[in-house]
Amino acid sequence: MNEVLIYALVTLAMLGTVLAVILYFVAQKFKVIEDPRIDAVDEALPKANCGGCGYPGCRNFAEVSVKSADEHKNLDGLNCPVGGNDVMKQVAAILGLEVAEKDPMIAVVRCNGSKANSPAKLQYDGPSTCAFAQNLFAGEGGCPHGCLGLGDCVVSCDFDALHMDPETGLPVVNDKCVACGACVKACPRGIIEMRLKGRKDKRIYVCCINEEKGGPAKKNCVVACIGCSKCFKVCPHDAIVMNNNLAYIDDEKCKLCRKCVEECPTNSIHELNFPPRKPKAEPAEAASVKEKSVGAGVETATEAKNNQSEPLA
Amino acid sequence: MKSLKTFALGGVHPDENKFSEHAAIEVLPLPKLAIVPLGQNLGASSKPIVKKGDEVKVGQLIAVGEAFISANLHAPVSGKVTKVDDAVDSSGYKRPAVFIDVVDDTWDDNIDRSPEINRNIIMTRPEIIQRIKDCGIVGLGGATFPTHVKLMIPDGKKASHLIINGVECEPYLTSDHRLMLEKGEEILIGIKILMKALDVDKAIIGIENNKADAIRHLQELAADHPNIQVYALKVKYPQGGEKQLIKAAVNREVPSGKLPIEVGCVVSNVGTAFAVYEAVQKNKPLIERVVTVTGKSVRKPSNFMVRIGTPISELIEAAQGLPEDTGKVINGGPMMGKALTSIEAPVTKGSSGILIMKQEESKRQSTKSCIRCSKCTEVCPMGLEPYLLAKTAKLNLLERAEKEKVMDCMECGSCQYTCPSQLPLLDYLRLGKQRVGQLIRTRK
Amino acid sequence: MSTFTISGSPHIHGDENVKKIMYTVVYAMVPAMLVSVYFFGMDALRVMLTSVLACLVFEWAIQKYIIKGPITINDGSAVVAGILLAFNIPANIPTWMILAGALITIGVAKMSFGGLGRNPFNPALVGRVFMLISFPVQMTSWPIAKPLFAPALTDALTGPTALGLLKEGVGAGKTIDQIMVDPQMPDYIDRLTGHMGGSMGEMSAIALILGGIFMVWRKVINWQVPVSIILTVFVVAGIAHLVDPQHYIDPVFHLFTGGLMLGAIYMATDMVSSPMNMTGKIVFGIGIGLITIIIRLWGAYPEGISFAILIMNAFTPHINNTFKPKRFGIVSKK
Repeated sequence: MNEVLIYALVTLAMLGTVLAVILYFVAQKFKVIEDPRIDAVDEALPKANCGGCGYPGCRNFAEVSVKSADEHKNLDGLNCPVGGNDVMKQVAAILGLEVAEKDPMIAVVRCNGSKANSPAKLQYDGPSTCAFAQNLFAGEGGCPHGCLGLGDCVVSCDFDALHMDPETGLPVVNDKCVACGACVKACPRGIIEMRLKGRKDKRIYVCCINEEKGGPAKKNCVVACIGCSKCFKVCPHDAIVMNNNLAYIDDEKCKLCRKCVEECPTNSIHELNFPPRKPKAEPAEAASVKEKSVGAGVETATEAKNNQSEPLA
Repeated sequence: MKSLKTFALGGVHPDENKFSEHAAIEVLPLPKLAIVPLGQNLGASSKPIVKKGDEVKVGQLIAVGEAFISANLHAPVSGKVTKVDDAVDSSGYKRPAVFIDVVDDTWDDNIDRSPEINRNIIMTRPEIIQRIKDCGIVGLGGATFPTHVKLMIPDGKKASHLIINGVECEPYLTSDHRLMLEKGEEILIGIKILMKALDVDKAIIGIENNKADAIRHLQELAADHPNIQVYALKVKYPQGGEKQLIKAAVNREVPSGKLPIEVGCVVSNVGTAFAVYEAVQKNKPLIERVVTVTGKSVRKPSNFMVRIGTPISELIEAAQGLPEDTGKVINGGPMMGKALTSIEAPVTKGSSGILIMKQEESKRQSTKSCIRCSKCTEVCPMGLEPYLLAKTAKLNLLERAEKEKVMDCMECGSCQYTCPSQLPLLDYLRLGKQRVGQLIRTRK
Repeated sequence: MSTFTISGSPHIHGDENVKKIMYTVVYAMVPAMLVSVYFFGMDALRVMLTSVLACLVFEWAIQKYIIKGPITINDGSAVVAGILLAFNIPANIPTWMILAGALITIGVAKMSFGGLGRNPFNPALVGRVFMLISFPVQMTSWPIAKPLFAPALTDALTGPTALGLLKEGVGAGKTIDQIMVDPQMPDYIDRLTGHMGGSMGEMSAIALILGGIFMVWRKVINWQVPVSIILTVFVVAGIAHLVDPQHYIDPVFHLFTGGLMLGAIYMATDMVSSPMNMTGKIVFGIGIGLITIIIRLWGAYPEGISFAILIMNAFTPHINNTFKPKRFGIVSKK
């Protein structure tokens, strides 16, 4: 009995030793020498692997950062939107560099063609993917630029920052958004834009991307931008540009004065997270809803609709 | 009895429902306003040469196809051009179009409108091709590929067979069937013109066996032409697919990603042959076509000779109106047609039929999970695996989809038709094709 | 005017659906069910009813309380799994064992993978193999098949299967001739009609083949899988028989005994766990045939089809990736 035990032990021990020696030499032979800074940078990154920086994953971003630091002595054009300034500072510190602060961004849905504003004239029956529906037809509400409401952006979001509002049929961005840009790529109509988050989350933007002329645009959606240029004329900061019957507010130039919001005849310019205005003709009810949205820091299309003083036609 | 010819792989047999097969072609009254979209053919859009306020006659050139794959457009009506502007097309998107207010029915003087059949083919090969190009003839089977491009055989290739597609494998549609019965002789002359243009000495007309009268009629007419044979084919969808028809008629397989000329064949629709006859012998451009209006609830299923640009609503009106419980109007057949967003969209060169479906027919049944029954693989006429391709498209695995030959899919819909779980296989396949197509283009 | 529906083509659908397919399988199993009732009487009914009901209840409970998703027990797949499980066990098995088997069939082999269409292995076979390993005594003591209304000929309640006799005999070093004279060994007519010991569904080859032809006609199964299994078994057993006829029995014996017909026609053809194209199906069938006959001739168990099918189920994804259908317009390289 003992003999068997000893044989087994000896065999195993010998096998172990031989294999260990082989492993050692193989490991030496195939050793990959890697810059330790890559590991360090990688460690500092959020590990979301979302691709928001434009590289396939955090590891790749770390490699590119190290390479850029070696070759150009800067990190220009490299930014981790998820980690934000804190992470980029850490990365820069590891690589012995400095980075300029970047203002945080957030995804903004530039369509307010809710079920009420752009009533469905057709019924789509098929797989729930915008990319396919986009090829098939203009949309249930008829607007060829508007949100199809099938949620490709929601599927693309790795951060649980988007959901579809069943009431309006539009996607809603919440404050979990890290501006990775996945939804911007996913939207076949280019409705979602990355905009500056703004001071205290205050944002003003044109909630429409329809480039049609006023008449056809308004036919499909009551809150469409009709390209009337009123906002363009009223803006004291030259922040608004008109292009193809569509107003666009440059978030770098906008000083959040809110003059354009009042001017817009179709209520397609939205303001978010502002304190309530002094009540003019505004019903008290709408103002209270707006207050709620200030606290939540969440934009929804319903609230945005309530922000508007004029009753909808 | 010899078994009928057909293609080898896959295929389905949907209910034929050819309600309008005995309805003779009627000429539809002129519309009040014709909307002629500029992009009616496969390839580049035509470029308008008329402007607001111009007076046009029927058959007058209004837009030219400048690119290699493009086609001319002619005024289908006579009257005044009201505008050249965006018009809502059948999918709801805006596309440029020429709007013509109809005044009367004045034809261009160069068009021979006499009823006699002109049997003498006097033109030479280049002249024929030039005339077909001038007259804006495109494939009328639905693909709308410009015919003159098809006739220009690339260097080093030689056509041996002209195959004429009289299959009409789509359920419901009967426009080709009626045309073969009523314009058989003109079609035969058109075929001879095409044979001359291609320099081939064999032509085969493939007709599915459910159109026995058309087969008999054309066989009688072709009796004097030993070079033109009429084949009765077994009824099986999608036999009207170019590659399937070649396989059925001459048992040759077009290699993946190649054109039929690779195996020495050129395929043309019977409607195209008729249009070629009219263009070459009568100098009449492509300004009208036969359109079937049909459906289970349609009061008077009909076949109309319609001017291009006529709003679809007028065709439906002529078939005694849109039924109350209409849930879907389809431009084309039920297998490959496109659901219309509005019946105000105009008839184009590619419209072969208007199918009206009842509310209860137009909804899809609820989907279940894939039970891996492999029926989609069995029915795919291209030997693909639709379940796998749909999955790759859904997960965006484009390289894999390309390797599995997603681009060979011709969107016949047999897989989705068969799927016992009612999965939207073709919807995802289309998405996959589109994305893989983009991927291939970026590689170039 | 009513709103139009917009969807991609095709706009019509054939009359195929999951429920129809599943119930076609159920109808195809009716002959074999009748045969089992004929030979085993009320016990057969008890086993089948318990098994089907248990499968339905487990599926319903899992969908309602664990997955909390839509309830799809009326699609017929649980009924099919229940009948197949019943077909694979002896008629005299205690009821609680059927319940345990059904729980494994539905709970482990089917629902834990996500339900219908996602299970890599045939659920009923997983249940059967679980029972075979957990309750080896009960699962291998086969009741004597006694035609309904016929007087009892012997007092014995259980007996071996033909394959069991064979394996035992060969193991004891007997020649085939010596084994075949055993009075318990069924003759050819008995083997065809099912008058022999065995699990409930594997009794009558005729009833099973009838159901199989029905399913091929209704296009629920393809002929490739059963035919390639049966041919492979026949060929390999035939070669063995030719080499040493006293040690290996003739191949026809193998075809009509044990679960070969049941497995080849009903279990291996399960849509979910078999390959997706014709070439793949043939490879799959040959694999099952080979493993089955290897187990039967040289393995420890008298019967090997269940293991063979489960092993080949594991290869199904690989077969799907390796063997592709014949593509149109692709000339194979010579």
